[in-house]
Amino acid sequence: MSPSRAAAARKLPDAAPVFAALGDTTRLGLLGRLSAAGPLSISRLSEGTGVTRQAITRHLDALERVGLVRDDWQGRERVFSLDAKRLEIARQYLDHVAAQWSAAAARLKAFVENDLP
Amino acid sequence: MTASAQQAQDKPVTDRLETRVVVNAPRSRVWRAVSTAKEFATWFGIQLDGEFTAGATVRGRITIKGEPLTLDLGIERIEPEHYFSYRWHPYAIDPKVDYSKEPTTLVEFRLDEIADGKGTAVTIVESGFDRIPLARRAEAYRMNDKGWAGQSKKLVAYVA
Repeated sequence: MSPSRAAAARKLPDAAPVFAALGDTTRLGLLGRLSAAGPLSISRLSEGTGVTRQAITRHLDALERVGLVRDDWQGRERVFSLDAKRLEIARQYLDHVAAQWSAAAARLKAFVENDLP
Repeated sequence: MTASAQQAQDKPVTDRLETRVVVNAPRSRVWRAVSTAKEFATWFGIQLDGEFTAGATVRGRITIKGEPLTLDLGIERIEPEHYFSYRWHPYAIDPKVDYSKEPTTLVEFRLDEIADGKGTAVTIVESGFDRIPLARRAEAYRMNDKGWAGQSKKLVAYVA
C-alpha cells in the first residue's frame, strides 16, 4: 500500500481492514471458537492455545476494534462473542462480485464461441 | 451457491474471488478477446479509450441508469497468451464519490490450453477486497439492483 493510501485508510474508521485481523492463526482460531461455542470468557478462550491470557486479550481487543467481536461483562468476567454483522456485509459483497464475474465469464465464452467459423 | 459462499463455509476467505470458465476455442483466440481493449470492451460491456499496454491507464466508460460513469483500468502485466492483469476500483459506481484515493483490487486473467488445444480454461481472479472500506462494500451491495446487476442483465440480453 502506498503511503498516501495508508494515510487515507487511517483517516477513515470504516476503512479499517476488517479482515487483516484474520491474517493471524491465533485470531482466526479465536473467531472459530467464538463461532462454534461463544460467548466465551478470556480464560476459556486462552485454554489449550499455548498463548498467555495477556496475548489472547490483545488479540481479542484487535478483533473488537474492527468490530468482529464484542465484549460484555458477566460479573467479574469479560465475555466475548462474535459480531456477525460485519462478516456478513463482507460476505454478501463478495457473493455479489462473484455473481458479476460469473456473468462476465459467460459473456466472454459466448463472445468467443459465437465468433468462431 | 456461489464460489465465495462455498469458500466461506471452510474459512472466512474475503480477500479473493476466483472464477473459472472453459471456452471452446483455441487459446490464441481467447487471448485476443481478453487482452485487446476493443474485444474486451465488447464482451465486458464497457467503452474503453486506449489500448492495453503494461503501465497504461485506460479510461473506461459505462452508463448506468442514463448516468455516464468513468472507471480507470491500470494495466499491470501482459504475458502473451498466458496472463493479463489490471487494477481498478471495484464498484466505483457512485458518480459523487472520488474513488481515486481508495485502494484498488487486482484483476488477473490466466489462460490454459485444454483438450489438445481445442479449448481454453480461463481463470479470473480478483483480489484485494480486504482493503476496500467496509462502508463502500456495504454501499455497493445496497446499490446492487440499480448498479452492475442491471447492467449485466442488459448485456446478457445483448450477447444472447
